[in-house]
Amino acid sequence: MKRGFLIFSVLTGILLAYASYQALVAAPTERTMGDVQRIFYYHVPSAWTAFLLFFINFVASIQYLVRTKPSAQTAAKWTFIAIGVTGAGMSFLPAVEQQLNAIGMRPSALATTVLLLPVFYLLLGKWFPGERLDVLAVTSAEVGVVFCTVVLVTGPLWARPVWGIWWAPGDIRLTSTLVLWLIYVSYLLLRRFSNSAQTQMLAAALAVSGALDVPLVYFSIWFFRTQHPQPVIGGNGSIDPRMMQVLLLNWLAFLCFGFLVCWSRFRLELLKREVEEAYAMESLGEPVHAAPSMPLKGSTP
Amino acid sequence: MPQGDIVVRNLIKRFGRFAALRGVSAGFEAGRLHAILGDNGAGKTTLLRTMAGLAHPTRGEILILGQSPRSACRDIGYMAHPSLLYDEMSGMENLRYFAGLYGIRDDARCKEVIRAVGLDPELTRPVGQYSQGMRQRMSLARAILHDPKVLLLDEPFSNVDVHSAREMVALLKSTRDAGKTIFVVTHQAALLEDVADEFLWMHAGQIVDRTRTAKIAETSEQPLRVS
Amino acid sequence: MNEAPASLWSVAAATLKKDIRLEWRSKDALNSMLFFSLLVVVIFSFSFDPLAEESRLIVGGLVWVAFLFAAVVALNQTWARELRNQVLDAYRVSPAPANALFVAKVLGNFIFVIVLEALMTPLFVIFYNLRVLGSAWQLIPIALLGTWALVVNGTFFAAMSLRTRNRELMLPLLLFPISIPAVLGMVAGTTAVLTADNPAHFYIVLLLTYDLVFTTAYLGLFETILHAE
Repeated sequence: MKRGFLIFSVLTGILLAYASYQALVAAPTERTMGDVQRIFYYHVPSAWTAFLLFFINFVASIQYLVRTKPSAQTAAKWTFIAIGVTGAGMSFLPAVEQQLNAIGMRPSALATTVLLLPVFYLLLGKWFPGERLDVLAVTSAEVGVVFCTVVLVTGPLWARPVWGIWWAPGDIRLTSTLVLWLIYVSYLLLRRFSNSAQTQMLAAALAVSGALDVPLVYFSIWFFRTQHPQPVIGGNGSIDPRMMQVLLLNWLAFLCFGFLVCWSRFRLELLKREVEEAYAMESLGEPVHAAPSMPLKGSTP
Repeated sequence: MPQGDIVVRNLIKRFGRFAALRGVSAGFEAGRLHAILGDNGAGKTTLLRTMAGLAHPTRGEILILGQSPRSACRDIGYMAHPSLLYDEMSGMENLRYFAGLYGIRDDARCKEVIRAVGLDPELTRPVGQYSQGMRQRMSLARAILHDPKVLLLDEPFSNVDVHSAREMVALLKSTRDAGKTIFVVTHQAALLEDVADEFLWMHAGQIVDRTRTAKIAETSEQPLRVS
Repeated sequence: MNEAPASLWSVAAATLKKDIRLEWRSKDALNSMLFFSLLVVVIFSFSFDPLAEESRLIVGGLVWVAFLFAAVVALNQTWARELRNQVLDAYRVSPAPANALFVAKVLGNFIFVIVLEALMTPLFVIFYNLRVLGSAWQLIPIALLGTWALVVNGTFFAAMSLRTRNRELMLPLLLFPISIPAVLGMVAGTTAVLTADNPAHFYIVLLLTYDLVFTTAYLGLFETILHAE
């Protein structure tokens, strides 16, 4: 385990360095935006990683909530499968296909993504039994907030020279990312300030409400005209293939980096909980299973 | 493995870095009065709250008459250290509301329990203006409102004058004799000396002793033989 | 003893009746809310001194921010009542359904906030010399649905913040991020009606969807929150 971690961190370091070189030096300079466009190699991969982590948090939270109730568990499982199957089927309906093409998205891309939902849900439940689901939720939310912060910082840095403004309040992706960030910060705050012995349940409930909020946030801002450039993946927003390669390389590097951070954070949180438990059970001065008929040490003042 | 009508198995309740219960296992027979004694912070209240279904055990299991505390809630009456009553409403108004939660709709039952604890159902004063003793009695009335088979009482005699406390003990005795199971957390073991069937001694989140009388343990400095 | 099972609606009705009676006796929440939003209106009127045209553009935001803050005061109050003497525990040990408590609290808060809005709206009209350009009746569904969104969220998160340190601070921190789409709907919808620049239908549909989604979700989650100890 320890060696695996070490090897993986070295590989990630190399990958990050190589990807950075590609992004900052090797990739062609964009014609109209100039070098400032290169921030996009950090902005977009961070965004994708953050969204992935928030999604993991959502799935882990649902799994955690239904964990003790078999009926809810079955219901949640079949809901996910139903969403996956109908969603995938729907993306190939002519009407939907037309809509997707209009906003520049391939139906097959959407179908694959939607189909991955139930698979992901089932796997996560298998790999992270019991309390580990909550550890996973906390980990992914924390790391997700960090990546999301990167997105929110690099976005305005890019927008200022290109759009001429730091922030476009009516922009759909910008604003919904900000709201997402706010929701997950409040999630972390709740975990921090809770004095319940069941913080995990409260946090999971908040995570689910937060995730339900995301599409609504998206639709509420949809009404305003968006100033954001067209999506790049699965869309026909034009991009140089060379740039695309660098972008994907950077995403891979960021994913590895995110995974690495999550891994160590996950183990740290597990350890922390073990220590907490051991501390709680020992704290009053005597071990739990005191030998019979021995005077207990803690009782003498 | 403990046996009985009320079973507590390896109960652990942890609040972060503090464990209030650290492996409590015990079996109890129905129809007895059990007094729970121990220092402050020994875990008595937490034990009662987990038995009432108010707190989820971190680990372990509780069976009240063969069911989980939440499923057995109709059979459990719980009286806490605070009154669990609305200060702004009269005793009768309070009980009428809580009776509704159990699906009891007649006032007769409310009046009956208020008389049973030695108060007057016609009293219109809000509970907030009651004396401590009266409030405790009204609180007990709320706990026995739905005629539960198991009564969990947390410090019912605290700040109650000796006379009232004796009356409450007499009421508990007759309730026990009517076949109910009663758990009383208290600091005043002497009050229950002649009534309780058993004394449970808790220390640092564990039951360290179970005795027939309160005297033996009370006289010694360290009432802590692990049985 | 005639022990009919305690149904959701009978318990909810009894709880609502009890809450209204308690509120009527003390009038804590209503008075503080009223005074608070009066203060907000007065302070806003000092801070912004707009022309009639401009005020149509900003009043939607001002009104809802004032109501949002006032609602937080009320929402903290409703559960504070249940915490005194730990009365909430008496509810929690009973077989009454958790959702009955939630429904009662939401309805109670809804009534309080609607009363407040009915009393405050004339003040806004007076202070800002408002004249509605769009179809004014649309303000009613926007107000009702928007208030429901605030109250259903607020009641749920107030219950959640019962389990935190510094409870009263925690409520807005949990409530505001989740409520952003609803607030956007209310504000933009109100502005749309006031200025008649664009149709308000979209916002009414948005608020309705929001209300449905979150009311359902909270009914599914409330029991977990109530018993999280």
